[in-house]
Amino acid sequence: MKGGYCLGIESTADDFGVGIVSFDGDVLANVNDAYTPEKGGIHPREAARHHARVAGRVLAEAFQKSGVKPKELSAIAFSQGPGLGPCLRTGATAARALASYLGLPLIGVNHCVAHIEIGKLISKAKDPVTLYVSGGNTIVAAFEAKRYRIFGETLDIAAGNCIDVFAREAGFRSDNGLPLGRIVEERAAKGKKFIHLPYTIKGMDLSFSGLLTATINLLHEGKYQIEDLCFSFQETIFSMLTEVTERALAHTEKKEVLLTGGVGSNNRLKEMLRIMTEEHDAAFYSVSKEYALDNGAMIAWVGVLSYKHSLIIPIEKSFVKLKWRLDEVEVPWVDEDDAD
Amino acid sequence: MKFHGSMRMMLIKKGAEASLYLETWHGRKAILKRRLVKKYRVPELDKEIRIQRTKHEPSIMHKAKEAGIPTPIIYMVDISSTTIVMEFVEGKRLKEILDGIPLEERRKLCRHIGILVGKLHKYGIIHGDLTTSNMILTPEGRIVFIDFGLSEQSFEPEDRGVDLHLMKRALLSTHFAYAKECFNSIVSGYMEIMGEDKTKEVLSKVREIEKRGRYVSER
Repeated sequence: MKGGYCLGIESTADDFGVGIVSFDGDVLANVNDAYTPEKGGIHPREAARHHARVAGRVLAEAFQKSGVKPKELSAIAFSQGPGLGPCLRTGATAARALASYLGLPLIGVNHCVAHIEIGKLISKAKDPVTLYVSGGNTIVAAFEAKRYRIFGETLDIAAGNCIDVFAREAGFRSDNGLPLGRIVEERAAKGKKFIHLPYTIKGMDLSFSGLLTATINLLHEGKYQIEDLCFSFQETIFSMLTEVTERALAHTEKKEVLLTGGVGSNNRLKEMLRIMTEEHDAAFYSVSKEYALDNGAMIAWVGVLSYKHSLIIPIEKSFVKLKWRLDEVEVPWVDEDDAD
Repeated sequence: MKFHGSMRMMLIKKGAEASLYLETWHGRKAILKRRLVKKYRVPELDKEIRIQRTKHEPSIMHKAKEAGIPTPIIYMVDISSTTIVMEFVEGKRLKEILDGIPLEERRKLCRHIGILVGKLHKYGIIHGDLTTSNMILTPEGRIVFIDFGLSEQSFEPEDRGVDLHLMKRALLSTHFAYAKECFNSIVSGYMEIMGEDKTKEVLSKVREIEKRGRYVSER
């Protein structure tokens, strides 16, 4: 099976993305439009309204950039879950419409699988322990017996969400489009004094809510410099993330670590993971922001992999799955020989 | 003065947070567990974590013995080098044998695990890292629990639920073929100690934890 392209639509949360990827794994277009709330976190319905508004333009741009014509496509893929209901449904509706209009097979893609697969494609990692950490997810996963198994995850809120909420409490604004996490990172770089904060690990699972509350309380007490608070907050979160990744690495005895998701663009987190993996004689991989954040190309790429294994779903059964877990997904394309 | 151990210390396992060495302690075979400096974290946090866990682990292991759970005997603790010297337990880790034994035996072992976890919980101890790597089956058929580094004291259904959830997930990721069957046997042993009501309460927590949304849209 050579030639052919898959179009993928990503719409699990605040991003609406469209990617077009060839069967050989060349990303020909990866267009994205993010919904930015005026205030506070993502409001699911507002985000969905945004997605519906920009869908036509983003799709047109993706076709234009890739030079691929709708008729040349072989399949349409969309993020079927996990995510926010209204956002998922908007992307799914667009995908179903395209698939039925063009008479193409429809493929439902698991968002978390897509993050791991695009990370592997771009970084060339073969069989990594993946730390996927973003505003909505915090997962440590690795391939084991036909599936991506979850070795650790958050027991309450995602690490990125924890950072965002703190940043908003601190009054940080992303006026110039800078992610809130980036502002925390910049402030943290100027911090010197380490303040002890709750550090909660249970097995390979993590909990951030106690840490968040404690840090916000200290913030309002006003006793500490904001730079020192950012520094300590970030150090504590990233040490927890690195520790659980290290535990998974030791447990699975794999030789690679892959970092992906929005929080993955933080340089301090990358540095910590690099030091840790070196101590275990393992290789560290990270992916550029374009592929670490939610994007359409990752959905299109898993669309390609699924298409080659005939994992196609009928339109009438293409309901979105809000809580679709990573370890429920069959990934027959992963080579058992690469994994040990 | 720091405790260094003997010159012939042999590394037997480089775990995620500690290295285990084979040692002799007054003629006995012993394990020296040393929590090593982690360069990835800032020294203040690193020191706090290592000292806290080195202090905490032996005391909770002792408490577990009071509750009737076999744990290694502690020979020595040295805070300045974050080192614990303890009994070397002869036997095999359950992780290595669980998949290769007959069904009936596996059920019996899992039920036994459930009884021990139930005893821990009833006594207010949360292991914090229940995996089959942290259980050793001795030739006499005892199951010895090890690695209490992440344990805590609590009678809360939430904490008990997380503990069982970790056990379940460890089974799913390591013994996928028998995970369900093993977990059911563990629960039956657990219920024998904790009683039906408490067990149901903890199991509904486990379900709640599994279902917990990863998305928090508004705060």
